[in-house]
Amino acid sequence: MKKQTKIEIWVGAFVLMSLMALAYIAFQVSNFSSWKDRPTYEVSALFDNIGGLKERGPLKLSGVVIGRVTAIEIDPVSFKARVHMKIDQAFNQLPVDSSVSILTSGLLGDQYLGLDPGGDEEVLRQGSEIEMTQSAMVLEELIGQFLVKFSESD
Amino acid sequence: MSGFQRFLQNLGQGSLEKVAAFGRGSLFIWSILMATPSALFRFDLLLKQIYVAGVLSLPIILMAGLFVGMVLSLQGYNILVEFNAEEAVGSMTALSLLRELGPVVGGLLFAGRAGSALTAEIGLMRSTEQISALEMMAVDPLKFIYAPRFLAVIIALPLLVLIFNALGVFGGYLVSVSWLGVDSGAFWSQMTSQVDWQEDVLNGIIKSIAFGVLIAVIALFQGVNAIPSSEGVSSATTRTVVHASLGILGLDFILTSIMFN
Amino acid sequence: MTEKVETLIEIKNLTFSRGERKIFDGITLSIPKGKITAIMGPSGSGKTTLLKLIAGQLPPDSGEVYVEGLNVHQLSRKRLYQLRRKMGMLFQSGALLADLNVFENVAFPLREHTKLPEEMIYALVLMKLQAVGLRGAKEMMPSELSGGMSRRVALARGIALDPEMIFYDEPFVGQDPITKGVLVKLIQTLNESLGLTSVLVSHDVDEVMMIADYICVISEGKLIAEGTKEELLKESTGYVNQFINGLPDGPVPFHFPSASYAEDLEGVQAGKGGLR
Repeated sequence: MKKQTKIEIWVGAFVLMSLMALAYIAFQVSNFSSWKDRPTYEVSALFDNIGGLKERGPLKLSGVVIGRVTAIEIDPVSFKARVHMKIDQAFNQLPVDSSVSILTSGLLGDQYLGLDPGGDEEVLRQGSEIEMTQSAMVLEELIGQFLVKFSESD
Repeated sequence: MSGFQRFLQNLGQGSLEKVAAFGRGSLFIWSILMATPSALFRFDLLLKQIYVAGVLSLPIILMAGLFVGMVLSLQGYNILVEFNAEEAVGSMTALSLLRELGPVVGGLLFAGRAGSALTAEIGLMRSTEQISALEMMAVDPLKFIYAPRFLAVIIALPLLVLIFNALGVFGGYLVSVSWLGVDSGAFWSQMTSQVDWQEDVLNGIIKSIAFGVLIAVIALFQGVNAIPSSEGVSSATTRTVVHASLGILGLDFILTSIMFN
Repeated sequence: MTEKVETLIEIKNLTFSRGERKIFDGITLSIPKGKITAIMGPSGSGKTTLLKLIAGQLPPDSGEVYVEGLNVHQLSRKRLYQLRRKMGMLFQSGALLADLNVFENVAFPLREHTKLPEEMIYALVLMKLQAVGLRGAKEMMPSELSGGMSRRVALARGIALDPEMIFYDEPFVGQDPITKGVLVKLIQTLNESLGLTSVLVSHDVDEVMMIADYICVISEGKLIAEGTKEELLKESTGYVNQFINGLPDGPVPFHFPSASYAEDLEGVQAGKGGLR
């Protein structure tokens, strides 16, 4: 049946087009290649102030994204903010005395976690806690400090 | 009976009718869902309907996708350049398309083109007694006519929206990078860092599936309940487009609040 | 001498209303096997509805329809569809599937209900088209056919599965005399050569008189006469007489109900000053 084959060809082409569109979107447009199905392990850290850090914010080591924030909650004991994050298994040699700071991308950009490796032999594992943390710098506090220092120097 | 009492009576009657219509609609949808598995066995029928709903909608989706993406980037650039943030135009375009414009605009266009055509076709088949003839020939119109069309709409719309989005991003690239001079590297890298596969792409696909179901239900229901005359079919077609369009906008709000809170 | 005639279809005490209007009010009639039975009555008397009730497409308010001894409205969907395969139906508009050509339309029931190989289907379709005289039109689309031609194609489709009974819904309406003649000949020939039971719903008295073995006259939801055409022609008074002879006045009055003529005219005079 000629008409039937023509229809089959067109529908096949249509489905192929949409699959190509999907691939385009997945690889060219989204962050698909990075995080799906890569094995990760979870660690957490306590901060006095998380500033503008959000869930899904990146965890960077020397500027390279190696993990993501998975959850942020208030620790009931210390009343500090506990940030949970997952780290790519490829980076499982991070020393336990590494420090993590909340940094700002550019001057007014999004906030992210920056990891500074320590020197300990023991490494971070699933469920570890990063002890050394540096909270976000809140602009108002900075200005306040600056003004105080400025007036003191007189 | 006073005017006010009559008003109340009409209101009550109207509401009861709406509830009854909703009930009939639900039963109808249920019977179509029951017939759907057998529609999968008649693959030739399904294929033909995917051709009618999907392939024939390609021209409008291709053009619309390209233009929407281009305009988004153009306007986005104009606004962002004021904040020296024009390099974000890529992620802005992509996110707008994937999260909202692809499913919604694609859905609206699809409802207008394929939804109205479906209602008209079924209304016409009923008024020329073709459905009756099928029943008399011991062919179940649920399995032969309604279920394949229902499935085809639900399959076609998400595929069309994918194509719409891809073209939109490409159109955005053409305008931002090739025309307005945004740096190509910044364009793509900002986009890939902002666009999340699960949050943005998958949610957009879920939306388009939901809209597809909505359009399929409304188009079929209006077609089957159309008065079998030429005015009846034409008013049913109009109703399909209006109800489906409003439904898409309303459903979009609900889904967006759930997904992107 | 009376033949012992077997009944194929029995309608017992059937009542059916559409909205407020009672279309059938406890109607009882039987349709004999192997003969051409005509169901006649004025427009709007529900003749088409009766066919749909027999085929189980509409449910009655009360009463039963038996086809081949089976109660149609109590059959499961599957059994009902099996029964329908033995029925052929010719709709008033032909009701061909618009996106298939003539050949495909006639082949449709064969393709859907049998697993016959394509060569056999081809031969069968040609045979059916030959019987209605349209073998040459097999490539045409329904939109290209005249009204008479599409009815003949629909007839070919109706006999595709070699049914036992065939229903004609107002087959002669709006056709020119030649087409009417063709249809009359076809109905008669098919009934004889295929041993069918034909049920003809019509109000074309002349055509019906030409071919019907048995006639039922319906009016106001009741059966008011049945018999062979000789018996009915003998009726000299009453509704049947008026219907069959096309008399303008009788039980169905010429004048629409109103006040008496004299009273109406008095009203006119009164308006002019009340002169008597």
